[in-house]
Amino acid sequence: MSRRVVVTGMGVVSPNGIGISAFLNAIQNGISGIKFMPLYEELKFSCQVAGKPSFVLEDLKNKNYISEVTFHGLKGTNIGYGLMAALDAWTDAGLTYDTDEPRWETGCIFGNSVSDTEAMKNVITRVDNKEVKKLGSRVVEQAMNSGVTSYISGRLGLGNKVITNSAACATGTQAILMGYETIKDGYAKRMLVGSSEYVDTYVFGSFDSMRVLSRKFNHEPEKASRPMSITAGGFVPGSGAAALVLEDLEFALARGATIYAEVLGGSANSGGQRTGGSMTAANPLGVIRCIEEAMANSQITGQQVDLISGHLTATNADMQEIQNWCKALNRSGDDFPLMNSLKSMIGHCLSAAGSIESVASILQIVHGFAHPNINLDDPNPEISKHINLNRLPTSVVNKDINIVAKANFGFGDVNTCLIFSKFNPDDTTRNFN
Amino acid sequence: MTRQEILIELRKVLSPYTLDKETLANIDEGTNLITDLKINSANLVDIIIDAETKYNIEIDYDAADKMVNVGGCIDVIEEKTNQQI
Repeated sequence: MSRRVVVTGMGVVSPNGIGISAFLNAIQNGISGIKFMPLYEELKFSCQVAGKPSFVLEDLKNKNYISEVTFHGLKGTNIGYGLMAALDAWTDAGLTYDTDEPRWETGCIFGNSVSDTEAMKNVITRVDNKEVKKLGSRVVEQAMNSGVTSYISGRLGLGNKVITNSAACATGTQAILMGYETIKDGYAKRMLVGSSEYVDTYVFGSFDSMRVLSRKFNHEPEKASRPMSITAGGFVPGSGAAALVLEDLEFALARGATIYAEVLGGSANSGGQRTGGSMTAANPLGVIRCIEEAMANSQITGQQVDLISGHLTATNADMQEIQNWCKALNRSGDDFPLMNSLKSMIGHCLSAAGSIESVASILQIVHGFAHPNINLDDPNPEISKHINLNRLPTSVVNKDINIVAKANFGFGDVNTCLIFSKFNPDDTTRNFN
Repeated sequence: MTRQEILIELRKVLSPYTLDKETLANIDEGTNLITDLKINSANLVDIIIDAETKYNIEIDYDAADKMVNVGGCIDVIEEKTNQQI
């Protein structure tokens, strides 16, 4: 017996808005969260802009997310982002924090890239200075890669499977897919899923050195992230987190939960770093296959996709991605669905990209709109060989959105595609048995 | 420093590690850090580090083992600070 899986709660810590209402307002109005970073100029980075949430770590204590004892000694920004997004999603789902017994029916799959290099820097400095005795008890839990999931599951008493995943830029969508599969296959009734990313100077510097970052708009930060533009010169790193509460449909209905959308299915694969794929480039055959499998698993055709939430980072991979979508959906020109890139507003949030963009996808279904691609005033002329430019909205389009295809492609040639749908309780087009 | 003076200062050291402020306000030498103040046993290491910094002393493994209740903590702090004089 296969189960239907619905989204009942959302939380987001995004460079252009913290909390669902601020984030919704930002994506409807094309508000950029990219800012100039004076420190990056000082550090002689080529790219001196970034997407960074207006996040205050002390809010975790002051707004009762965690106890003052847990907060004392908490330094990890990555953990802070993830915790806030996850706990906001939990509250949004109408659930309360405290429980005496473990919640055996609920698990957590939450991803990140690195745990926290600033926490590790503290370890390295202390150890090198022969001060290991001063590190204390709170370092390991913040330096370990599973720090975020540990804090989330501990706060909420989650007793089902708790997994930390990592798949570069596909991490967020992969976490959601795994959570969906866990419920669909009957192993859990509810999964808190998502991902977080804190791009500190060390992570940022490593990308900067690869010469893949935007560097020509340092003094016009809001224009720096330009997916699909002819002047796109690389991506802008962003930080943040987002989380979804996924539930078994019957379980959600039984408790009277608000249902935002349904996860129809998805797929994760790898291009094997063959036939055009490499450590850093996606094999087009892998991408196309991933999207096709996601649609097949969701029992939809390419014609049913109303909106594509692309990966579209603002590198030269954008043109290949558009062609991949055309082939996978078997649609092009005027027939191509609407497509947008949230990265135009918040940059590329790496491991957090998939979860933040999934929240944006669901909000577009719930509120009936396609958010604008900002900075697309000079689209790459190559695009019109494949699709009509009017398929890439530059201002908000208010329109019924039934189905969104959301994909991310990551280093290591890993892909994930999710299919989100408006929730229809009387859906007879799909076989759920 | 008298034992009572150390106890008053020790209360400040323990404060960030317990949510039970009422018990903390009423500690005496018999108060157990883990069972009475509900301090996570892993945090005893942090309390030792904080005490070392506060009193500019070094607390070795053997001394640390005695710091399970308030009286034991005071014994260790008293002994180590006296060694300095």
